[in-house]
Amino acid sequence: MRKLKNIFFVLIFSVIVLNSSNSAEKSPPFLETKWTFKGLFGKFDRASLQRGYQVYTEVCASCHSMKYLTYRNLAEKGGPEFSEAEAKAIAASFEVTDGPDSTGEMFVRPAKLSDKFVMPYANEQEAKAANGGAYPPDMSVLVKARKGGADYIYSLLLGYSEPPEGVELDDGVYYNKYMYGNKIKMPAPLSDDLIEYTDGTKATAEQMSKDVTNFLMWSAEPHLEQRHKTGFRVIAYLIILTVLVYFTMKKIWSRVEPKV
Amino acid sequence: MSDHEYTPSSKFGKWFNDRLPLLTLANHLTDYPTPKNLNYWWTFGGILTFCLITQIVTGLVLAMHYIAHADMAFSSVEHIMRDVNYGWLLRYVHANGASMFFLAVYIHIFRSLFYGSYKSPREIIWILGIIIYLLMMAAAFMGYVLPWGQMSFWGATVITNLFSAIPFVGESITTWLWGGYSVDNPTLTRFFTLHYLIPFLILGLVVLHIWALHVPGNNNPVGIDIKKPSKDTVPFHPYIVIKDAFALLMFCIVFALFVFYQPNILGHADNYIEADPLVTPAHIVPEWYLLPFYAILRSVPDKLMGVVAMLSAILILAALPWLDTSKVRSAVFRPLFRQFYWILVADVLILGYVGAMPAEGLYLLIARVATAYYFAHFLIILPVLGWKEKTTPLPLSITEPVLGGSPNLAAARSDEKIEKTIK
Repeated sequence: MRKLKNIFFVLIFSVIVLNSSNSAEKSPPFLETKWTFKGLFGKFDRASLQRGYQVYTEVCASCHSMKYLTYRNLAEKGGPEFSEAEAKAIAASFEVTDGPDSTGEMFVRPAKLSDKFVMPYANEQEAKAANGGAYPPDMSVLVKARKGGADYIYSLLLGYSEPPEGVELDDGVYYNKYMYGNKIKMPAPLSDDLIEYTDGTKATAEQMSKDVTNFLMWSAEPHLEQRHKTGFRVIAYLIILTVLVYFTMKKIWSRVEPKV
Repeated sequence: MSDHEYTPSSKFGKWFNDRLPLLTLANHLTDYPTPKNLNYWWTFGGILTFCLITQIVTGLVLAMHYIAHADMAFSSVEHIMRDVNYGWLLRYVHANGASMFFLAVYIHIFRSLFYGSYKSPREIIWILGIIIYLLMMAAAFMGYVLPWGQMSFWGATVITNLFSAIPFVGESITTWLWGGYSVDNPTLTRFFTLHYLIPFLILGLVVLHIWALHVPGNNNPVGIDIKKPSKDTVPFHPYIVIKDAFALLMFCIVFALFVFYQPNILGHADNYIEADPLVTPAHIVPEWYLLPFYAILRSVPDKLMGVVAMLSAILILAALPWLDTSKVRSAVFRPLFRQFYWILVADVLILGYVGAMPAEGLYLLIARVATAYYFAHFLIILPVLGWKEKTTPLPLSITEPVLGGSPNLAAARSDEKIEKTIK
């Protein structure tokens, strides 16, 4: 009997050791930053989302699409919450092809709130041709599509450095310690004072990375605030009901031996 | 079945019941005599029924918004997540609901293994359960394909390719399953159809499962036959109903924590990347609940034999009532079996763990040892144990103390105390 127990523990132990030795090979731990959207009552930092949109549209949007987002989303509750007028103005600064009109011709018009975010490239092939064969992924759900989520994206944006000795990089390939395989075709996208924030915040690389990651988290999970709010109510309700049912059960079972 | 004849009190009730005895059925379900010493491991039957209904209801609404087309499936799921009222809630409940369903079914199965609930006269209940479990795996696998993400596509490719291992006709069967020469739109539409069908098959089998249960009645932690109804039993309502409700609520709290606070932790990040037949993910892994079988599949070097081993790992359970030769049901009175039971639990957990790891080096070795042990447990250990093991004395009834004075009722309800008494 003892022997069997020992075998059991040896097995468990070897699994734990294996696991830790495996994680040692992985990329360095992610950079730490405080996210307001985490936790029981996590909410987005509204100002950061608005700045994040600015980073997206002025920097990322030249290569990355966000095809599942609509301009109206920018004014919706739980998001950046631009005013409707602001969102309309943002939409109107883009042009979309519509039609056919009554004469059968396609025409170009300013985008409306109901239009999807305008894409930088007409199709995947064009995007690849313009980026040295690498396809800049759509960013709508990017945070959820990467292991490590927001922490990973934030770290990746700040993870560029000169390659360590012995690592040869081809033209148009950059070294990033958080990227899978450490090689990335996107040049470091953010540097201090690359853009000028409309709200006067100093545009450091860290600030921009944090803002744009916040924005991407929202775009991947637009109902996060509602989810947290509903979740808290649901769980509070369930706990109260569980306690009531527990005492009811005790009362009912008090007539029987053994008691529950 | 209850012994007394039921007569509805109202005149209309009597008229109706004579033509369709629904009221007799309701009366049977209310009065159903249940052993009063059932512990909380017995509440998972009710929890599983809840899981099935939840999956069917949320799935029904999701199907109203989902588009089963290779070009539109992924974006229709995003449409559900973003634009459908409470679509995010429906989808997260459905996706995490699958995991909760499997969590509950594994507890249910391992409860049955511990207390010997599969033994005579409950073999048919057990076999129906295995069929339900097989259908659940098929439904879950096909459901995972529907969002048409990278893991959906490549998971479908790996699993359907298994059929090509069948000698002579394998390739044609795979082509037939796909509806083409690779996983593509025809595969998606048929998976959607089957994913919609299977839950209703499961529902029908659940009715049979419960029907078959109501013939001999529930097993219990002591594992002895009891007289029904007697002082050893309580009527299902209100005693078991309220206890099941309490356990279900606890289960729902855990469920809600996943849905509202960690909705994606059980999924794979790659499934938020749209399916691309030209890009293979670094590691193709199934959902967590299929990992032990995935490990068994990969631990055999030959493809066909791997498939055979994986299928046998499940089907061997159907033969369990005849492989376990012990007359004593509950592990409470089987000291040796109890040890081997926990080793099996550890073995399955280890298989699940190595199933998530790349099949190479030490992982592969562990997977092979664990696979061999899994089969040895059922084919060697269980038959031999029933013959060799010295069991401890059984009590006469669940309310009366055992012959010879040792384990009393309190001990029978708690394994730990029993262990102490034995030592």
